[in-house]
Amino acid sequence: MLASLNARALVLSLVLLAVFLGLWEAASPKQELAGELTEYELLMGGAEPKAAVPPPSDVIAKAWEELSNPFYDAGPNDKGIGIQIGYSLYRVLSGYFLAAALAIPVGFLIGMSPLMYKALDPFIQVLRPISPLAWMPLALFVIQDSQASAIFVIFICSIWPMLINTAFGVAGVRKDWVNVARTHELGAFKTAWIVILPAAAPTILTGMRISIGIAWLVIVAAEMLVGGTGIGYYVWNEWNNLDLTSVVFSILMIGVVGMLLDTAFAYCARLVQYQE
Amino acid sequence: MSTPFLSLQNLSKRFQAPKGGEALTVFENVNLGIEKGEFVCIIGHSGCGKSTILNILAGLDEPTEGAVIMNGKEVSGPSLDRGIVFQNYSLLPWLSALKNVTFAVQARYKSWSKKQVHDHSMKYLEMVGLAGGAELRKPSQLSGGMRQRVSIARAFAIQPELLLLDEPFGALDALTRGSIQDELIRIWSGSDQTVFMITHDVDEAILLADRILLMTNGPYARVAESVQVDIPRPRERANIIHHSDYYDIRNHLVEFLATRSKELAGKQEDGVLAEPSVVRFGAHGVITDPKDNRKPATSRAE
Repeated sequence: MLASLNARALVLSLVLLAVFLGLWEAASPKQELAGELTEYELLMGGAEPKAAVPPPSDVIAKAWEELSNPFYDAGPNDKGIGIQIGYSLYRVLSGYFLAAALAIPVGFLIGMSPLMYKALDPFIQVLRPISPLAWMPLALFVIQDSQASAIFVIFICSIWPMLINTAFGVAGVRKDWVNVARTHELGAFKTAWIVILPAAAPTILTGMRISIGIAWLVIVAAEMLVGGTGIGYYVWNEWNNLDLTSVVFSILMIGVVGMLLDTAFAYCARLVQYQE
Repeated sequence: MSTPFLSLQNLSKRFQAPKGGEALTVFENVNLGIEKGEFVCIIGHSGCGKSTILNILAGLDEPTEGAVIMNGKEVSGPSLDRGIVFQNYSLLPWLSALKNVTFAVQARYKSWSKKQVHDHSMKYLEMVGLAGGAELRKPSQLSGGMRQRVSIARAFAIQPELLLLDEPFGALDALTRGSIQDELIRIWSGSDQTVFMITHDVDEAILLADRILLMTNGPYARVAESVQVDIPRPRERANIIHHSDYYDIRNHLVEFLATRSKELAGKQEDGVLAEPSVVRFGAHGVITDPKDNRKPATSRAE
């Protein structure tokens, strides 16, 4: 009686999770209720517990509290996790789609024209390895707006995988298929639409998926720098508040949202996938 | 002598050697005429440039010298007037079988309504036995034989003036090949389609062709002979082997491929006849007449 592979994998995952949480819980020092208060503690109004990595039970309690009311807004320093993530997603998606709007057409051009490929290649090779955060000071100076600068940083980091994958996918379209377009006298636009785009779509989607992953990585760091709102700011703010439970909780949320973004793009990639 | 429907004039293909050595001549001085409605097969060893000739006819490749004239106009670039079926089917894998045909029909008949395009495409898919749901499948969900049927349906559906078949059955097993050959002959008989086909299969050539062109080995390949197949139509695979000419023709072809394609290979002296000699079989045995060129096969029964 062998259960399906998926079912067995699920059971194993749950076991590993339980073991991990158990060890973590056991390793967390219990906050002892101080028997006698020192003079300092008395001055501080009672026992101030020592800061320590919180046990998972605290994190789960925190998660329950936060997720049951994710959209409250109690001033600039106290907003619900839903609002923070919303700000981050807004920045990521606007920077990302601006990048897609530029990278995919330019990628098409580079893929179709060896001349453009050779002409633009040196620029791409120099610009691509630059850490997106290195652009931040320049962006802040030129744009003079921290919100827009964060979006610009996302834009600049999302552009390269999409650009390169689009060019690669377009250049690699099988000659047979291009010949099908030629022998049926399809014009340039129809050839792009009926043959090149569907043929290159899986490669383009792979580039888009890599880009959204990188954009989500970068937004956390960017928001730590620009501050104000967003999940990256939230992490840093809770660190300043020495609220490690919230820090751990928000780290988990970053992971979950990143996974959801990736899953969404994986689903889109499956839609355009074809089998030869 | 009137100009044939399709004529290949002094066609040569050379590839520049790297570092300025002597250019590699694949074939040269290919002179041919093909009449409207004729079914012509071309046979030769790999590397003799048959596929290059076909690609030049298609407009996908260009000759180094010479020209192709179809209907009084020089061929330059691909056109819907020349339909092609490749050995590897060349279907677009992200489109269903039906869509693979409709996009071509739409490209050919731009003014047609969606319904006209659909009905016309279905008519040809039904001719090759793809209907009842199979037309909605993607090529990857079809067998090799089915894919080639779609490809043939597409080529016939655009009703080109010249149909080019590049070893269309090369990748298929013998049984599938036989049944698609029958279908091809059936569809072709109902049209006045001119066909130029590459094959490696001698029996296939005799079954299908009005005329079989034999190429010598490359480099410096040329079309050495043009064998007339006067076996009356309709031909069937089961009966054709009993025709008195069948084995004469077959032996002639096999013998050419086995020995003479090699003996005749190599560069020709200037002034040597540029057109293939015509070979006929009949009650009197083999007749070879170098001057009797471009005689159209008219023994087409309906």
